[in-house]
Amino acid sequence: MWKRDEAVKPTNGLPATPATAASTQPVSGPAAVQPDARRIERDIVNIGKSVVIKGELNGSEDLTIEGHVEGRIELKDHVLTIGPNGKIKAQVFAKAVIVLGEVNGNVTASEKVDIRDGGSVDGDIISPRVAIAEGAHFRGSVDMQRKGAQPGQGQQKASSSPLPEKSQTSMAASTQATAAAH
Amino acid sequence: MALSDLFSRRRKEHAESEAGAPDAPVHPTKVLARFIAGLSARSQPVLLDLGPVVGSNVSFFGEELGCKIIVEDLSKDIDRHVRDGLLDQFPAFLMKRFPQESGSIDGILCWDVFDYLDKKSATPLANQLVRMLRPDGVLLAFFGTAEPPPGLKPEYTRHIVVDKLNLQHRSYAAARAKQRPLKNRDIQLLFEPLRIVEQFLLKTNLREILLRKAPEPASTAPVSPSV
Repeated sequence: MWKRDEAVKPTNGLPATPATAASTQPVSGPAAVQPDARRIERDIVNIGKSVVIKGELNGSEDLTIEGHVEGRIELKDHVLTIGPNGKIKAQVFAKAVIVLGEVNGNVTASEKVDIRDGGSVDGDIISPRVAIAEGAHFRGSVDMQRKGAQPGQGQQKASSSPLPEKSQTSMAASTQATAAAH
Repeated sequence: MALSDLFSRRRKEHAESEAGAPDAPVHPTKVLARFIAGLSARSQPVLLDLGPVVGSNVSFFGEELGCKIIVEDLSKDIDRHVRDGLLDQFPAFLMKRFPQESGSIDGILCWDVFDYLDKKSATPLANQLVRMLRPDGVLLAFFGTAEPPPGLKPEYTRHIVVDKLNLQHRSYAAARAKQRPLKNRDIQLLFEPLRIVEQFLLKTNLREILLRKAPEPASTAPVSPSV
């Protein structure tokens, strides 16, 4: 064991396999990383503090809003972040919504709504997962529909028997997943 | 230290941070499990929470019941009326406070909000809650049984659900102290025609009560005779 470790141990602080490293990394290493970084920067779009938008906002990339938006925001498959300076008076639809600023309107997310400390939401939330930090303001309702539940199913089986064992198990699993994610 | 110990320690720390201050006392609750059981047969019930918004509670009830939760924090309303010197208008305010339709709520979490109300305000609030509660719906409420000691700094309690059998009580500053405790008979009269289905007096001088609205009478449509 020890001998094998020593065999791969780098000497004089050099990489263990410099030849391999050299062959996989081009000479202009940092320059090759830059396009990726640029792409990531390009994928997260910001709406600055001084920007005011009235109307409908649709997009197909992650968005951070620091300005004011009134109307409707739709980022169905992407993450919407309302920054600490962001003020939204709109219906919001996104994959995930992170609120650090103010939202006045209903928020619908297919994955998660996260109201962070200092964030404020006045409106109804529909999302399978909701996290509200202490220090956050929230007034409205939260609708966390169970997986597989039909929205219109509602009260039809109000007086029926409890949930089947299988669905209870799956809920327990999703509870753990949520707790781990927080 | 074993790896499993490390993981369990991390889980415990995580649970503490989820629940808030780790040193806040955790008290057993008898009635919460029954409240949940009373709603678990319903598909997507609607819950009304009169306490302050607690993220972990929203997650807990959402995942436990798959419900819609409406948060109407009454402590903020009480504070605002105290600050503005408008407590005499609070009963009238409560009559118009809730926009929810009659019979639209399956379960109501009052926590200990009635401890902070005088009789004049408690009556309209109870009337509103009875109005909103759906037939066969349940209401959970806590009532202090001991007179609050004089000179005590006014505090509200944030009830954080640890699990079905335990609640963490976290106090925070209030503008109004707890009022004189209601007697058992007063509570019964306050919520009429709701029926007290469970009642527990805990060692912590807290009376936990679960009330239920009578179910709608079964339809009396005549059964067509079989041919």
